[in-house]
Amino acid sequence: MSTMLQIKGLTKRFGQFVAVEDVSFSVNKGEVLGFLGPNGAGKSTTMKMVTGFLPPTSGTAVVCGQDVTRDAISVKRHVGYLPEGAPLYEDMTPAGLLAFVADVRKLASSERQTAIDNAVDKLQLDEVFNQQIGTLSKGFKRRVGLAQAILHDPDVLILDEPTDGLDPNQKHQVRALIGEMSKDKAIVISTHLLEEVDAVCSRAIVIARGKKVADGTPAELERRSAYFNAVSVRLPNEHVGSLEGALNGIDDVDRIEKGAVRGDIAHVVVVSKGESTIVETVNARLREKNIPVEQLYVERGRLDDVFRQITGGVEEVGK
Amino acid sequence: MNAAIAISRRELTAYFSTPLAYVFIVIFLALAGATTFYFGGFFQRGQADLQAFFSFHPWLYLFLIPAVGMRLWAEERKSGTIELLMTLPVSTTEAVMGKFLAAWLFTGIALALTFPIWITVNNLGSPDNGVIFAGYVGSFFMAGAFLSIGSFVSALTRNQVIAFVITAAVCFLFMMSGLEPVQSAFRGWTAPFIVDLIASLSFLTHFDAITRGVFDLRDFVYLVSVIGVFLFANVVVVDLKKGS
Repeated sequence: MSTMLQIKGLTKRFGQFVAVEDVSFSVNKGEVLGFLGPNGAGKSTTMKMVTGFLPPTSGTAVVCGQDVTRDAISVKRHVGYLPEGAPLYEDMTPAGLLAFVADVRKLASSERQTAIDNAVDKLQLDEVFNQQIGTLSKGFKRRVGLAQAILHDPDVLILDEPTDGLDPNQKHQVRALIGEMSKDKAIVISTHLLEEVDAVCSRAIVIARGKKVADGTPAELERRSAYFNAVSVRLPNEHVGSLEGALNGIDDVDRIEKGAVRGDIAHVVVVSKGESTIVETVNARLREKNIPVEQLYVERGRLDDVFRQITGGVEEVGK
Repeated sequence: MNAAIAISRRELTAYFSTPLAYVFIVIFLALAGATTFYFGGFFQRGQADLQAFFSFHPWLYLFLIPAVGMRLWAEERKSGTIELLMTLPVSTTEAVMGKFLAAWLFTGIALALTFPIWITVNNLGSPDNGVIFAGYVGSFFMAGAFLSIGSFVSALTRNQVIAFVITAAVCFLFMMSGLEPVQSAFRGWTAPFIVDLIASLSFLTHFDAITRGVFDLRDFVYLVSVIGVFLFANVVVVDLKKGS
């Protein structure tokens, strides 16, 4: 696996305000890195520095061997970028915009048409190909933004909230596309949708207040959740009391949380201490006491819970 | 293809994809005609030249050129497309040049469309076509100087109206610096060479010389220098402000 993107001590200050502080990580070919953090944590600023839009205050990003602080143009050649909110020239058509990007990127005339056809095909833009971008729906605009990012088949793709504003079908499509492209690229996506990390990312980095606070696979992050290895039980409401009694005295049970009651079925979560496995003990106790259970499963840990836990208390700050 | 040319082409298409281009051209042609015949006394002068036509160009440019230049960068920053543009493999200089050339070419098209008046004056008499040609070239370069100011100011703000007003004000100062009221305001208390320096910055002084047929290279050097200085400042400002 070769490292395609390496970020070293990247820092950005705006006056007194530190937007990004000493962030380092690297992304290999074949990896899809989820870049997570609350709004205003510095995700977009980091991406703007990596793509050569903003100069870092200190530190640097190296893309395919090119240092962005030394040769931003070379870096830009290797990178496909979808800026936050997918800004586009609204008076152009997707046809015009892709042709413009192809020209600026100096695609050879032999590959130009193939590249455009390919991007249009992958993002299913043919029906709006000659329609003014300003008149398109949010979903189509986002896809046009993605099309221009992948047009030159870049080695590194940086996508700032690629599925924001898309409906579930479109989200699924875009995620499938990202998965498909990930084999021979290094991809970084920022998101605050944790389901997305689960769906497409091979690794996740969490930043809060401009600092990196976690780095690992989604599974590793899930482990940090209080709900990791917790047992979810759905049972008739009238038996909740006896369930509590039955589980009393198990050392590894930290607490029992009572959730919503639907109809007469209650949802109870038995939270374990640390990472200990309690499902067998819980199951055995329930059988022993003959408590009827509709459903019983082990929780994998909740990413959003981990997210809140490690970025906790961070107020939303303006961008 | 060069990235600057690609940007130029996109910008030029953008002008013609909105009514701005047509409104500008129609109003420019109408006003150029009206000023020539009503205020310039084209017929009354009884001379086969285009002095009456060219002498109003600075005044037309004063409020028409800021309208062409105001969107160049302000719109990019407001809509966020500057991030799209500046993360493509182009240098800031290429982007500034590309945009400026598109706007300049656009005003050139408007100026070229005044050709019937050149034909008219040739039908009425036998003008010195060399002087007229120099007048067109001078007018084109003056439009470029106004535009370079417009492009620079446009990069300072994300509000197009502010860009328009400030550009018009700065251009007005550049024009007026050669006129008597401004000159006399300085004459009493500054050294004569400063008064001359201020006068030498005037668009009007240089442009008048060109349209009268006094072909002095210094007048063109002046206009080209103005363009160069403001485009350089433009590059600096885009780099400084693109992220804010």
